[in-house]
Amino acid sequence: MSIQNNEIMIGLEIHIQLTNLKTKLFCSCSNDYRGTEPNTHVCPICIGLPGSLPVVNKKVIELAIRLALALDCKINNQFWFFRKNYFYPDLPKGFQISQYNKAGGKAFADGGKTTIRLNNHKKDIILNRIHLEEDPARLVHKGSIATSPFTLIDYNRSGVCLIEIVSEPVISSPEEAREFLKQLKSIVQYTGISNLELEGSVRVDANISIKGYDRSEVKNINSFKEVERALRHEIIRQKNILKRGKKLIQETRHWDDKRRITIPLRTKELEEDYRYFPEQDLVPIEINSDFIQKVKSELPEMPNERSVRFRKEYRLTEFDSYNLVLDKNFADFYEEGVKSDPSFDSEEYKLYCNWLMNDISRWLNNNNKIIQETKITPKHLVDLINAIKDGKITGKIAKSFIPDLMVGFNVKALIEKTGKRRISDKEYILKITKEVITDNLDIIRDFEKNPRALEALIGKCMKKTKGRLDPELTREILLELLSNKIKKYKKS
Amino acid sequence: MELYNYMGYELIEKIINKEITVSDLIQSTFDRIEATDNLLHSFINLSKDKALKKAKEYDIKIQKGKKVGKLCGLPLANKDLICLKGFPTTCCSKILKGYHPPYNAFVIERLVEQEGAIHIGNTNMDEFAMGSSTENSCYGPTFNPWDISRVPGGSSGGSAASIASGQTILALGSDTGGSIRCPASFCGVVGLKPTYGRISRYGLVAFANSLDQIGSITKCVYDSALLLEIMAGKDPLDSTSVNIKVDKYTAELKKSIDKKILGVPEEFFGEGVNNEVKSSVKNSIKKLESLGGTTVEVTIPHLEYTVATYYLLCMSEASSNLARYDGLRYGKMSQNLKGDVYDVFSRTRNEGLGTEVKRRIFLGTYALSAGYYDMYYIKALKVRTLIKKDFQEAYKKCDFIICPTMPSTAFKIGEKVDDPLQMYMDDVLTCPVNLAGLPAITIPCGFDSNDLPIGFQIIGNYFDEKGILNIGYQLEQELNIYRKTVPAIK
Repeated sequence: MSIQNNEIMIGLEIHIQLTNLKTKLFCSCSNDYRGTEPNTHVCPICIGLPGSLPVVNKKVIELAIRLALALDCKINNQFWFFRKNYFYPDLPKGFQISQYNKAGGKAFADGGKTTIRLNNHKKDIILNRIHLEEDPARLVHKGSIATSPFTLIDYNRSGVCLIEIVSEPVISSPEEAREFLKQLKSIVQYTGISNLELEGSVRVDANISIKGYDRSEVKNINSFKEVERALRHEIIRQKNILKRGKKLIQETRHWDDKRRITIPLRTKELEEDYRYFPEQDLVPIEINSDFIQKVKSELPEMPNERSVRFRKEYRLTEFDSYNLVLDKNFADFYEEGVKSDPSFDSEEYKLYCNWLMNDISRWLNNNNKIIQETKITPKHLVDLINAIKDGKITGKIAKSFIPDLMVGFNVKALIEKTGKRRISDKEYILKITKEVITDNLDIIRDFEKNPRALEALIGKCMKKTKGRLDPELTREILLELLSNKIKKYKKS
Repeated sequence: MELYNYMGYELIEKIINKEITVSDLIQSTFDRIEATDNLLHSFINLSKDKALKKAKEYDIKIQKGKKVGKLCGLPLANKDLICLKGFPTTCCSKILKGYHPPYNAFVIERLVEQEGAIHIGNTNMDEFAMGSSTENSCYGPTFNPWDISRVPGGSSGGSAASIASGQTILALGSDTGGSIRCPASFCGVVGLKPTYGRISRYGLVAFANSLDQIGSITKCVYDSALLLEIMAGKDPLDSTSVNIKVDKYTAELKKSIDKKILGVPEEFFGEGVNNEVKSSVKNSIKKLESLGGTTVEVTIPHLEYTVATYYLLCMSEASSNLARYDGLRYGKMSQNLKGDVYDVFSRTRNEGLGTEVKRRIFLGTYALSAGYYDMYYIKALKVRTLIKKDFQEAYKKCDFIICPTMPSTAFKIGEKVDDPLQMYMDDVLTCPVNLAGLPAITIPCGFDSNDLPIGFQIIGNYFDEKGILNIGYQLEQELNIYRKTVPAIK
């Protein structure tokens, strides 16, 4: 049987740590636990000592409002917490303080949506709610969870504020999920609530089903990148089961990112009844609309607004602006660069965008870095574009400069250092082209039938000179030489 | 007269006037404990060396004319579920044996660190405050100083017995469904349960957190007012504590109660209430009328549902509050580590928790489970609202509600241990106060034919501790039995 994408239903639950808070959700311990000595960022409250009581960190409310506004959610004017009861070594109180939207409870905010773009189509990903909860402690194993002879518990993470974003099951492919998460990551970055580059700042659970069959929930997907992979695997697994004529069961599975498969969890955990009930150590918190308005007025420009502005101001295409603004640091880099040179216009705006989105992005991906971790400045890229425009270097040379630019060299210094500059000396170009023609007579024969052979020859010339020849002049000279040659052939 | 027979405020005067030293007082306290506690078993852990050392420090300070706080080194007995830094705090449960909290409860900070009370030890209680007789302690029961064949009441039985027998001058308790008032009534002393939110619960180990409230057990109303003045107030570490002005309670005690309207709820004098208790309480009502109070009949129609409601809610909350005791971070873990983490958790809890605690965790877990939640927990919440409304209606007609504290006087050790429902029913007159979150005080108002004390309960409107202390003080002075001492303890 074949299953179409519109028959796949995916809902995501995304847990994001509010890493930009100074303190934890219910106590004054530092939120910044990464790289610290285990069990040093703890107090009676976050390790749940008898007699301790939680107190809500008021800053959390402001950050949660920012995200709720950016995601178009309806913020409830009052919210409170529930206890989610279960036993696990990472949970010092035997319950997690969370929120619940049943049994008289309310989430922090309901509904919401964000628009994604995939293969030139737009789609709204509808959200169910967002809510706040505390992060459990971190369990540390030697090697994998299955083979480790021990489990260590680090309570430094215990009590860090998580915000959970729950989507409706409207996502119909792993690619859509990827685009949704890209968009969400971007919004989180723009709202300034969290730095998702930090390890462990994101965890995703996914509900996946094929229409008409029972769903499975895949837990423990610990980065946005893993989500697409886990979903792909799980969909294939479900399809294969159906192909074999077997039955799908509703179950919770665990994403094993080392083996890249989902594995079933023990039944003990499946039958869990969380016995949600109100957390009465905390009083309901009122959020008045004036405060929401205040947060709204202070909200920075969001990626979708910025994308519209980029299209207008820099005359970028919809595709370019959409992708350029996704990473705020990238978009900031872009704006600083193009604004720094008043001579820039549509053509340069486009070129600047292309350099960022192509060569620089590729370098960053290959080196697994983000742009702030490199030494390239917006001005460096302006210089590069101007150097091409002024004929000092060719595009090929410019490309070869990228790795050096990323580590802090400027264009002028690179030209001096490498001696690479555009060669427009006709005599020299003539010499090179003649040599290439002599070496590639077979290509020349092709030339009449296939005009693209010219491009191959230009390529050979460039290769010979490490890309320094003026591409226009080279083309002219080659064409002239070739047409002479052809005439000669025809005469003879 | 022995020092232990004086009221707290009298001893403060004696210390300030240099008639006695703090060391004299603390030494006599420990002498009294040593002479009586092998029979009473009020204390489970003493802090003798530290207390005597502290007393000396205070004496030197007093000599030099320096301040030592309002409580001038008076001995304070602490219930074993209020955290005291570095001192074993076990809630009288095996599962917390060896646990030393790394921090002080809010009330300890106020009483001991700021106002100079001297902590002399922790008192016995029902495990995790679950009980009305102090028989459910992992250390064994406490005995009633008026008759050592009887229970002192519970759960703060150790605190009440220690006050009644002169083993201490001040004591702390906690009251979830009557845990201060029941033992205070059975031991013939003053027990105050303030409004929910009046005193910070920070550092009070939770039994049922929507009902728990810290309070005091003292020999007289004045001492109770003095302690409340110090303990009351907003604490940023307890979100449920309330920012309402703290009255100068001691200054208001002597005010006339003329024209105060006292509501008498007929349901609190029902069939289950012992006749001797009824007549003693009615006698005291007449005294209050003679002091200018006017009595009116009021009604709390939902009283018959309060015990069921109270137990559903406190058990549900307890099942969650006690989930943290898994032996992993503190307390006693099972020696047998076979199996997975769940096996070890189960074994630790099975070995470490007592029968009554387990019973309540089971029932509470059941009441919160999917499919039963609406039927039990949600329904109990609704009845709780009705009971609150009953009281609000009653307070439209009166300023205070007056009634017996307990349906009977102290019963025999072992009499009710095998019949938990019978034991639960004893909370019928105290637990509605916790469900509503109101303040209440119990003062001794007489003795039955066995010479056992009877308690008189005054329930106030929200945050009217000033009012109930005033009525209590006036009645106490009028009855003038509060100096009666327990028979020789042999």
